[in-house]
Order: sequence, then structure tokens, then C-alpha cells
Amino acid sequence: MSTAETDPLSSALLPEKFLRWFAGRGWSPRDHQLDLLQKARDGRSALLIAPTGAGKTLAGFLPTLVELSAPTSPLRSSPLPPRSGGEGSGVGGVSAHTNAGEFARSSCSELAEAPPTPDPSPPRAARAGGGEKSTAVVAPSLPRSIERRVPNSRGLHTLYISPLKALAVDIARNLETPIAEMALPIRVETRTGDTPVSRRQRQRRYPPDILLTTPEQLALLLSSDDAPFLFGSLRRIVLDELHALVTSKRGDLLSLGLTRLWRLAPQLRAIGLSATVAEPASLARFLVPQRDRQSQAADIVVAGGAAAPIVEMLDTKERLPWAGHSARHALNEVYALIKANRTTLVFVNTRSQAEMLFQDLWRMNDDDLAIALHHGSLDVAQRRKVEDAMSAGKLRGVVCTSSLDLGVDWGDVDLVVNIGAPKGASRLMQRIGRANHRIDEASRAVLVPANRFEVLECRVAIDAVAENAQDTPPLRSGALDVLAQHVLGRACGEPFLSDELYEEVLTAAPYAGLARTDFDDTVDFVASGGYALKTYERFARIRQDKTGRWRVTNPRVRQSYRLNVGTIVEDTMLKVRLVRGGKGGGKRNDRGNDRGSTGAVARGGRMLGQIEEVFIEGLVLGDTFVFGGEVVRYEALAEDQVYVSRAHDKDAKVPSYMGGKFPLSTYLAERVRKLLDDDRAWKALPDQVRDWLSLQRDVSKVPGVRDLLVETFPRANKHYLVCYPFEGRLAHQTLGMLLTRRMERARVRPLGFVANEYALAVWGLGDMSFMIRQGRLDLDALFDPDMLGDDLEAWLAESALMKRTFRTCAVISGLIARRFTGEEKSRRQVLFSTDLIYDVLRKHQPDHVLLRAARADAATGLLDLRRLGDMLARIKGRITHRELTRVSPLAVPVMLEIGRESVYGEASDELLAEAADELVKEATDRT
Amino acid sequence: MTARAQILDDESAAGCATAGGATLVVAGVSLVADLSGALFWEEQSLLVVSDLHLEKGSGFAMRGVLLPPFDTVATLGRLAAVIARHDPRRVIALGDSFHDRRAHDRLSAADREALSSLQARRDWIWISGNHDPALPSDLGGVVAAEVAIGPIAFRHEPSGASGEIAGHLHPKARVSTRGRSVQRRCFVSDGERAVMPAFGAYAGGLSIRDAAFAKIFGTPGFMAHVLGDHRLHAIAASRCY
Repeated sequence: MSTAETDPLSSALLPEKFLRWFAGRGWSPRDHQLDLLQKARDGRSALLIAPTGAGKTLAGFLPTLVELSAPTSPLRSSPLPPRSGGEGSGVGGVSAHTNAGEFARSSCSELAEAPPTPDPSPPRAARAGGGEKSTAVVAPSLPRSIERRVPNSRGLHTLYISPLKALAVDIARNLETPIAEMALPIRVETRTGDTPVSRRQRQRRYPPDILLTTPEQLALLLSSDDAPFLFGSLRRIVLDELHALVTSKRGDLLSLGLTRLWRLAPQLRAIGLSATVAEPASLARFLVPQRDRQSQAADIVVAGGAAAPIVEMLDTKERLPWAGHSARHALNEVYALIKANRTTLVFVNTRSQAEMLFQDLWRMNDDDLAIALHHGSLDVAQRRKVEDAMSAGKLRGVVCTSSLDLGVDWGDVDLVVNIGAPKGASRLMQRIGRANHRIDEASRAVLVPANRFEVLECRVAIDAVAENAQDTPPLRSGALDVLAQHVLGRACGEPFLSDELYEEVLTAAPYAGLARTDFDDTVDFVASGGYALKTYERFARIRQDKTGRWRVTNPRVRQSYRLNVGTIVEDTMLKVRLVRGGKGGGKRNDRGNDRGSTGAVARGGRMLGQIEEVFIEGLVLGDTFVFGGEVVRYEALAEDQVYVSRAHDKDAKVPSYMGGKFPLSTYLAERVRKLLDDDRAWKALPDQVRDWLSLQRDVSKVPGVRDLLVETFPRANKHYLVCYPFEGRLAHQTLGMLLTRRMERARVRPLGFVANEYALAVWGLGDMSFMIRQGRLDLDALFDPDMLGDDLEAWLAESALMKRTFRTCAVISGLIARRFTGEEKSRRQVLFSTDLIYDVLRKHQPDHVLLRAARADAATGLLDLRRLGDMLARIKGRITHRELTRVSPLAVPVMLEIGRESVYGEASDELLAEAADELVKEATDRT
Repeated sequence: MTARAQILDDESAAGCATAGGATLVVAGVSLVADLSGALFWEEQSLLVVSDLHLEKGSGFAMRGVLLPPFDTVATLGRLAAVIARHDPRRVIALGDSFHDRRAHDRLSAADREALSSLQARRDWIWISGNHDPALPSDLGGVVAAEVAIGPIAFRHEPSGASGEIAGHLHPKARVSTRGRSVQRRCFVSDGERAVMPAFGAYAGGLSIRDAAFAKIFGTPGFMAHVLGDHRLHAIAASRCY
């Protein structure tokens, strides 16, 4: 790469000041950074596709910095904007609300490490935060009249949206460096849920040049009266981690916010920053207004030059387990990897896995390696401590969950270990990218499959990474519950006409195909509930005025909107506190009256973190489970606090669900089926796995690429049906629910089922092999896609998963408040249950817009109906049945999940191992 | 049982059951606890329902929470079904029949008519509750603070007296096993007194392990008769949460 001084392209696009700055650090601008500058100059929106470590963030901000560095900006209302407060303190106006001590972190951030030859000396931290103190203190204390007299700033120039507030704060810190070093007259501020009210107010009156915020805060700002003033001057919007944002309802909300911004600031251009995705062209549509039913897309800039990652599968010396997700067999080997590297990130798929692995590693940590635990349920202060220790280079290993998939950079990570199945090729690549953020050095990763099926998954994932094959999901179509929230937000700001708002909403890529009837139903829902029974007109939340414009009917509606904005509906969480155990040790407390009071247990106690209420509901007092890296005993529940004591048991009684949170991607599933189908490819597999598959081929059949293998066999007075759709646990669970209903009708007398990522096992009293032979059970009919008709409807009426899905929609749409105005209701004073509302609504208005929204969610969410439907269509007429006399080798893993269900009250792993040995013996005994 | 519990995962896994309704003995009187949450005293041809909370939906709508306005239709529909099943000569609505003081004004004409047809040819007694302390006379039936029949006293708020059948608390029970849990409305009784489940479509519930129940029943030597999908399940309160 040439140096900046001699590169004509650089000097054409970058002012002298910038060229000197680059050169001073020994860097030169990267091609994609220059490309984005060119796009900006041409007035184009652009999507930058780049791996982590490519200097993405700096690239996103360069056009802004260059534009704002010009001595006479066209937008500026006065020659040099005098600023309120302590802007003169020489920080370049950066006012991320962080303290100076944390600044050191940004030295290992993506921004600072962007160029290939970083300055060896770390940036100086001395001046960080100084400006903030004075601005924050002085500005709000000014009397309103004086504030008004302070000449206005030139207005907001650039908005930066990140999925994580921590990321916004981190970026602010990182922007400090170039702004301070080039002495640019630019003020940067963050706005998150933590920003004090006084600063929020000031930001609205005196917008900074660059505001870093989240999709929720943007929605809030847009619903305010001064949105036109605030955003009228906006030139650029930078959307970070766009690939992650667009997969959820937050992306829907953001897309609707964009439509408003495009209306308020027609000159606005967007820059999207994204990891590599399967369909960049469709992602690029998100960044520009869709018009006249035509698809519009931003330009795409791809950063090249990333070194291919080095990914291996752990070649374990141990016996590979048939089932389970703990990877305990490889514990020694994982420990050795941590020991052999400088800093290792160990990713697992769920919080409980993280807990267990951390505990196991800690037990064997004879070298006193500094190993820490990080997951989303831990106390924030605890997490912060781990992150700081990590940045300071004090940690050798961190066991973490997807809580670290995104965001803040972690410095010198030289190895990523992924325990368990990778689930998706793109997801794996993004995780691997967490190691070594220097683009020209290869990231290193080791995959540790926890069982034999996961070996297959890891194998195909490694191949996919080598081919750079992506499997990110396609752009979603916008949810109606999010639209409802947006409609209410719009009415809270400027009143709107239905026709105009409909046209505006259509410019959002996810909503480009929105039907007018859906839109009208949504507006009707926001106004008076959208019920067939028109009894709520008098209680309407928004109403049309004489000009036909919708406006909110009273200030309470506005207040309620502001308190409930956002699309993240979390499970109800309870705080976990560690106390000293009550009397009676591990015995279950049968004396009662312990619920709602802490009984013998002292109140207070150290806060360990938070846990889902649904998990606690499954426990009885005295049960033990793993939390915060240790085995604890459930002692009491009072309000939103769970009291636990330290248990000295080695294993927890109640294992929490340990599968992955994300289902196996369709793409990897297909590759796994291909791998199975091609026995020449098996040579790439470990011996144990190859032997397992060979045995399966001999005693039954190996599943094919397009067919569905169904095995039936008897075992211990019961009869089993096992099938292998490879469509992920969620779709299999739904299939299990529907199949058992049908089998019940066919008098197979099913007793239960169990699903994993790859297979489904159903068992019952009826002899299925015999019934199939007799023609009394028709597999083609059993697996017919028509099960998605009446059987599905009947199940949805009572499905707990569907009720949960509905509740989420009810909250997001604003039907029920997450928080009521004025007060936060105590958990125990629940006023009504959404389950009851679901029952009633479903019966009396089954086509209500909220039920439609919930159905749309069920297609891809907890029920994965779409995938189930695709699978049923694929295998129609292609079912291969094998009648066996005993369990097949391939069936063993899913059969072992049944064991997991019935080991309650016992030490689970010992029992599992026993059960495993029994089954394995049965499957391999060929005499 | 493990297996079964997975298919019918909201069917309680514990407790013995009587098909359909179950027998509940209070102060020597045998009553049928109906799966719908109503109580039927055969000798007296008396049906008792508690906490209908009619017009709860519109009550919330007044305050800007636009819950579906079908709760009254749904509740009266279920009431009609249980009345059709037992054809009682007398009906007692055990208080909190209406969600708030003005709720009866908000009844739609159709709901009012449905209610009237249920009241026709039978005695109808509204016991007043804390939500509906002053019911007007044009609702049909008579209004009373409480009613005593033989050894049984029917009143809205339980006092703990022997022979008392009350409502007010909306009892619900949760049964947990192997990391799974099921939560349902229930009757609560210790043989001397009983608390009925709420009948209203939108009525929430209070755990029978709340201190309020301990106050009435003393130690948890009482039983929950949990409303399952197809049967009632008698489960010791100490086994519930």
C-alpha cells in the first residue's frame, strides 16, 4: 500500500489535515475508506461489507469528519460556532459520558487498530472526559433565557445507530482520538437509556454535530415535537452492525424511523456497516427509501484483504459422547488451549453451558490461570469488571455467550474456542472474527463438538467458512406490532394523514410490500383497539381532527408511548441473591408459607445476577442449579428476588435447558445431509464418528439428501418412531406436537416425544412397526403437510409458546404496557394475564391484527412453522421407513435426551453415562 | 407420566382426579366442584359462581388499555353453559360480579339480554363484593351481603369461619415437576371452609401459597382442587406454589 502523501486518490478525497494525521500515525487510508468518501461526495448511500478489524467504524465516520472539518461548512449559521459550557477545554468537544480511566480500552478497539500498521504507542488518555464534565455541569444550569441567547450550533450533522449502548459509548471514546489529534471543531455526544434527563434536554436544544444512539432512542426523539428542528439539518446516518440489527423487530423499528428521517431531511444519506451476509443486495435496500413499488438499493462497498481464518476441529483423544452439550470430555484439552495461548475467548451457546463450563474449568485450574465468566444475566457491574480486566490484558480466558458476539472490542484475543455446534456459518465467522482484530492476520479458532452429531455440524461449518459461504437469514418483512408502535409514535409527534403515512411507511424496505388493509387495520388498532365490536370509540387513543389528521387524544397516551417504546420484550427476570442456607439443608421444605416470605432465610445478600422467572417456576424449594459459576440451592422467593444459598454438591439437581438458542441453519442442515449421503466424504471425520455412521449404514440406513428416514423399533415395552429431519429443535418440537395428535387419532397411543437439533423421537404403546406393516398406519399420511391446517390450529389454541409469542406482540404493539404511566407495578400485582386475553381474542376475533402479528412471528420464531412447512413439502412422497428390532446407532443421541428428562432428583451426569452405555451396548451388539 | 406430561403439558401431572367434576365437602355438605369453576349443590339445586368481573375489559379501556371487549360475552357464555348443564333453581353470584361500580352501565344491550335470559325462571342472588358494593336493582335478582343456607354461609370475602364458602381471592395453584410447571385456577378447601376460583374471563389469580390463604386456613393442611383440561385434580397445598 502506498503512503497517503503520494496517493492522488487520497489527496483528492482527504483534506491536508487528514493526510497529515494518517501519515503521522504511519497509516494510509484503506481503499474502502476512500470508496466511502467518494460515495459521500457523490451523494450516494452505501453499504460497507467488511470483516471485523477492517477499520469499518472509521470508514463510516470519515465522510462526516471531513465534512465537519471544513472551515466554512454550508450548514453553519455563524462563522465558528461558540459552544455552551466547557467546549474550550481542548478535547475537541468529545463528550461521551465516560471517565478518563476507561479510555485505555479504546486503544484496542476496532477504530484505533484499523490500519494495518498501528502506532505502537497507545493514545494518550490525559484529556479524555474533561470537556464532558464542564458541559454537563454548566449547560443545564443555565437559565433558559440565557441558553436561548447562546448562538445555535450548526445542527445535528450525523446520527450513529448501534444495537448496543455500550458500543455507542465505546465509539464515542474512539472518535476522540482523531478529533482531538486533528483538533477538529466537532462535538460528539451519546444518548442512551442511561443519559441523564438534563443532558437529553440540552441535546434537543443544542444538538451536537454527531449523536451516537440506539434505535429506541431514535424512536423517542422522533416522537417529540422538536423532531423537525432536531433532524432537519441531518446529513448522514451511520448504521453499525446492520447485519445484526435487521434480523429482529428492532430492525423493523429502525427502518420505520428511517422513513421519518427521510421525510424530515431529504438530503440524508446512509452508511451501513455490516459483516459479510448472504444477500448484500437485499441488505442494501434497507439504507435507501423504496419508491413507486420499485426496489431501490444503496451502493455496496466491499472491504477486501482479510486473511482467511484458520479453523480447526478439536481432534479429541477422548471418547466422543453420543449426546449432551457440555463437552466435558474435552475439558482437559480446552484447558490446555487456554494455557497455550495469550488470551482465549471460549464461546458457548447458552448461559447454563457457560456456567457449567466455567465451573469445570475453575475446578481443574491448577495453574491459577485468570479465567472469567461473561454472560448477559450476570450483574452489570460484574460484567464490567470482567471487560475491564480483559482490556487490561489480565485475563487468559473468558467463557462467554452470544453476549459477546457483537460490539466492544476485546483487544489481544488470539484464539476463539467454540464449544458445541456453530449453528450457522455466518454466525461462526462473526464469532471467529472476535479473535485478532487486525485484518491482515488470520484469526484462529478451534471448534469443540460436544457430541457426534455436532462433529458433522462442525465439519460442514469449517467447509463453509473455507468457502466463505454465508447463511444469514433473508431480510424480514416488517411486523405489524412494530408498525403499531410506530403509528402511535408518529401521532405523538406531528399529526398525520393516513394516506401520507402509508406512503411514508412503504419507503422502508421491510414494509415495502405492506398491504393497505394491514396498514389501515393497524391504525384502527392503535386508535380504538381494532375490534369488530366497536365499543371503544369513546376511549380512542388517537383520533382524526377536522382535517383528517390523526393526533393523540390526551397527554397520557404520549407519556405511555414514551415509557414503552422499543421492541425488546424480555422474559420476566428475577434477581438472584446469595444468602446463607436455611435450616433443613438440602431437604425440600414442606412446611409451606415460605412463598412470599423469606422465612428462615435472611434478606439482603449479595446479588449474583438475574434469572428467568420461568426457570424458577419449574423448581421446588431445595432444588439445586448452577448459577454464577457455582451450584446453588433455591431457598426462597420474595417479590422479584430469588434467594439461593451455596450448595456443596458437585452437580446440580435441575439441569437447565442446554441446547442452542438458535436453531441449526437451513444451509448447514443441508450440508450435513449431503455429508451423510456421501460416504466418501466421511474420511474427513474422526474415526469414532465414521464407525458410528458405517454401523448405521449396515443396520439401518443413513439419511439421504432429500428424503426423510423414519425408523420404528420396540424397546422396553414401548414402541418408538425416530425420524431425522435436521431442521432444528424448534421445528422438531412443533412437529412432535402435531405428530402426536395425529398418532393419537390413529390409535398409536403416543406417550411422549423428544426433539433435538437433528432428530425427533416419539414413543407410545401401540406397535408402530406392526401397524405400518398392516397398513393401519400410513407414514405418508402421518407426515402430510396438511398437519399445518386443523391440527396446528387446535394446538395453537393452547400452546404455551404461542401465548408467549402473543404476549410479545401485545407489549410491542402497545396493547398492554410494559410499564404503566407513573409507576412500575410490582410483579405480584399483575393486573391481567395476556394468556387470558389470547384465549378470548382468539375465540371472538381470530383475524385480529395482533393475532396476525403473532402468527407471523410463529412462522419463524419459537414454533418455526415456515421451516417445518418447507421440510414437509420437501419430503412428501420421499419417506424411507426402516423397521428395526432395536435402537439404531443414529437414534442413540435423541434417545438419550429422553434419559435427560427422567433423571430428575438424581446426579444427572452419572445417570446419563449409565443410560448411554446401556443404549450404546444395545446398538452395537450385533450378535 | 413423564412422557404423558410432555404431550399434554398443561395437564397437571399430580393428584388424583374424578372425571368431570369433583366432590367437595364443606362442613358436612357435599358439593360438586365443576370444571368450569362453578360449585353445584345438588340438594338445593343451587349453582354458585364467584368473581365474574364483568366489563373488566371496558374498565381498562376507559384508562387507555384497550383490552379486547369480549370478556363479558365470554364469561356469560361459559356461565350459560354451566347453567344449562345443571339447570339450577337458584344461582348465587358470590361478589365482584362486576369489575367496578359503573361496570353494569357499560353492559351492552345484547349482554344485558343474555344475563336476563339466564335469570329467567330461577332465583338469582347477587352477593355484593368490594368491586361492586352497590348494585342497582334493575339488574334482576336480589342483592345481599351474604346468604346462609343450612350450615353454609356464602359471602364474598372469606373470614375463615367454619362453614363458609367465599371468593375474592382468585386462588390459583402452580405445580412444578422436573423443571416444568403448570399453573391453574383452583378451589381451595380444608373440609370446613372453601374459597372458590374466579369465574371471569379476565380475572387473574393469587397463589394459594400467599399469606392471605394461610390466614384463612391456618397451616397448609388444605387442598387445592385444580381445574385441569378434562378433570379436577386434588393436590395438597403444600405441593403447590
